[in-house]
Amino acid sequence: MTAQTANGGTIALTYREAVRAALREALEADPRVFLMGEDVGRYGGCYAVSTGLLAEFGPERIRDTPLSESSFVGAGIGAALGGMRPIVEIMTVNFSLLAIDQIVNNAATIRHMSGGQFSIPLVIRMATGGGRQLAAQHSHSLEGWYAHIPGIRVVTPATLEDARGMLASALACPDPVLIFENALLYNDKGEIPADAGAVDIDRAAIRRPGRDVSLITYGGSLGKTLAAAESLAGQGVDAEVVDLRTLRPLDDATILGSVRRTRRAVIVDEGWRSVGIAAEIMARIMEQAFYDLDAPVARVCSEEVPIPYAKHLEDAALPQTDKIIRAVEHLMGNHG
Amino acid sequence: MPSLGSDMEAGTLVEWLVKPGDTVARGDIVAVVETQKGAIEIETFQAGVVDRLVVEPGTEVPVGTVIAHIRGEGEPAAPAPETPTPASEPVAPKAAKPRKPAEPTAPAAASRARVSPAARQRARDLGVDLETLTGTGADGAVTLVDVERAGAAAPAPVPAPAAKPTGDAAAAMRRAIAAAMARSKREIPHYYLATTIDLTRALDWLETENRRRPVAERLLYGALLIKAAALALKEVPELNGFWRDDAFVPGTGIHVGAAIALRRGGLVAPAIRDTDTRELGDVMAAFRDLVQRARTGRLRASELSDPTVTVTSLGENGVETVFPVIYPPQVAIVGFGSVVERPWSVDGTIESRRVISASLAADHRASDGHRGALYLRALDRLLQTPETLA
Amino acid sequence: MTEDEIRAAVLAALTGVAPDIEDETVDPATPFRDQFDFDSMDLLNFAIALHRSLGVEIPEIDYPKVASLEGCLGYLSGKLQDA
Repeated sequence: MTAQTANGGTIALTYREAVRAALREALEADPRVFLMGEDVGRYGGCYAVSTGLLAEFGPERIRDTPLSESSFVGAGIGAALGGMRPIVEIMTVNFSLLAIDQIVNNAATIRHMSGGQFSIPLVIRMATGGGRQLAAQHSHSLEGWYAHIPGIRVVTPATLEDARGMLASALACPDPVLIFENALLYNDKGEIPADAGAVDIDRAAIRRPGRDVSLITYGGSLGKTLAAAESLAGQGVDAEVVDLRTLRPLDDATILGSVRRTRRAVIVDEGWRSVGIAAEIMARIMEQAFYDLDAPVARVCSEEVPIPYAKHLEDAALPQTDKIIRAVEHLMGNHG
Repeated sequence: MPSLGSDMEAGTLVEWLVKPGDTVARGDIVAVVETQKGAIEIETFQAGVVDRLVVEPGTEVPVGTVIAHIRGEGEPAAPAPETPTPASEPVAPKAAKPRKPAEPTAPAAASRARVSPAARQRARDLGVDLETLTGTGADGAVTLVDVERAGAAAPAPVPAPAAKPTGDAAAAMRRAIAAAMARSKREIPHYYLATTIDLTRALDWLETENRRRPVAERLLYGALLIKAAALALKEVPELNGFWRDDAFVPGTGIHVGAAIALRRGGLVAPAIRDTDTRELGDVMAAFRDLVQRARTGRLRASELSDPTVTVTSLGENGVETVFPVIYPPQVAIVGFGSVVERPWSVDGTIESRRVISASLAADHRASDGHRGALYLRALDRLLQTPETLA
Repeated sequence: MTEDEIRAAVLAALTGVAPDIEDETVDPATPFRDQFDFDSMDLLNFAIALHRSLGVEIPEIDYPKVASLEGCLGYLSGKLQDA
């Protein structure tokens, strides 16, 4: 199931192809939409997401930019202010730091500072996450930082359906939306309905229902978490897996609903442990579900080091399935 | 020490009926315990070999106290005590170490007992003494499951456990009833429905039936009412079960608790298990046995904790209608008044018929009046065809 | 069977149903229901006990006749003579 072949109402494709299909659909649907970023045109995208789009839509709409994140994100903000619907691709979240002034000081604030007179319907896509031996400057997971900022929305598609469907909803949003694509997911393959389209960017999703413990995760850690849940099922522990999907605003109802049912929670987050999105979720659980808890809330995060280059060290630094299993086993005590 | 109802806080071990080394099967009677409801036989819910008797005869201990260890055979470490804790490796390096060099099997012996918030909350609701529990959760913490096991039948929140004059059994039972009934009236939004049922046909049938039966197998109309009450519950199952954790939990099976007044005051309502599927003669035999043992001998622990609904009758004392109080955490109670002769219209003519008032008090959180009304209607319908209740 | 024997059997049946009754405190004329708070179940158990010890079958319709100690002794001696 490699090629895009129709098969009983579903199509087989990769996460990369799902994002490309979403881009193509957006470009076809609305003449105000254009894609801008480093190497998105002639080179076909650093992760080959936009391959072929330049030939299809031309250089006006698939724009290669200089290596200057601050300027092209700023240009995107200006275009959005001027009525366009720009999609800006930043190669990795590490490089987005060069544009953080534009994102945090301009994109996130203008609606509020103008008393609602201006809005910034801008979409910024970027790759995030480690696991590819690209070393510290290309491997970090800083989406939790952006989730700290009011005025922007942060989404993390972890499935093919979300990779296919979140872009359209992000473009429909009147405010800036940051889409974090974990680079390890680009080669994921699977089938989605041939007519798959827009999906909501408001709610978390329960990817696996369970009774004993809630595993709350997002993005690149979803697969590892689901694998841990399957393994735990063999030990008689029925884990529920919650995919956050949107890191800002967090869907408290789904998160707390799950924790109240299972009474135990483990947050799995590829960000660093200290002051991360996992800490925020734990705090919300304490605030709103303390008396429902039957064990301390736990988290599995990246170790507090710049992500190493060496494979064994990188593997050890990131959340892995066996770490998730151990954390759950500890929480369950002798209940099994 | 098992809980024998929502009103028991402690029990005194009177006598052991097993000794260490004995093999016991599930359901075997292992001990006699003096409670607020009198002397009760305690069954074991675990098969195995009696390892150790922990509580000495004559000792009063709170509900939830381990009274004996039973070694299960080939079973995975059972709920009960003496679980060797080291199973999970101490991953967190910061985990608090026991401060006092207590027994190494008690990793939870930090300054404060480890109890999960959910478990602590539930223990308060159930009146379970946390100090008596062995935790099976992370780092030996007491969890919800531990508390629920201890409080099997959800004992009521009891006022401060002031020193009890253990001698006065009647006063103790009074206090137990007070706790349960106060909780009921405090927490349960009762609604009351009543109807008058023509019992003539049922009583005629019963008289004919009893003429055939030897004296030891004779039926009282009370048994007929209990059987009908149970069968009607099949049609309105939301009256059969418990209100727990803000939700209705249906009973597994219909086990009618028959309210039995004791001669020197007080009452108990032990269960006739699976009332709906038993033959009437069998219901009667069970009912008679329960009354006899309630008034002269001993009831068993499970009989007191099993009921999913209660039926009470005050008709023999000339009461016309009963407005009963639900026994928490049950959600309904059915009451019957006296059988009285009344002029009754049958097909347009006035006849003298024997009628009875049937009333229902139900928990409005679990059901609504409409369903309650359907229940009484079903009860009436069933009592018009007594032969189907046999 | 002598009257004393019948009396002993009746008292035994009575205390079997209600162990807290003491023989000498039973008032012969007062119905058990009023004296000991007997209900129909107690009366039935009483009748069953008498059937076991004396072999006398008391039909339901006769229950009112055996509702007090006095009535009971009269009824039973009649029955046992008939037999």
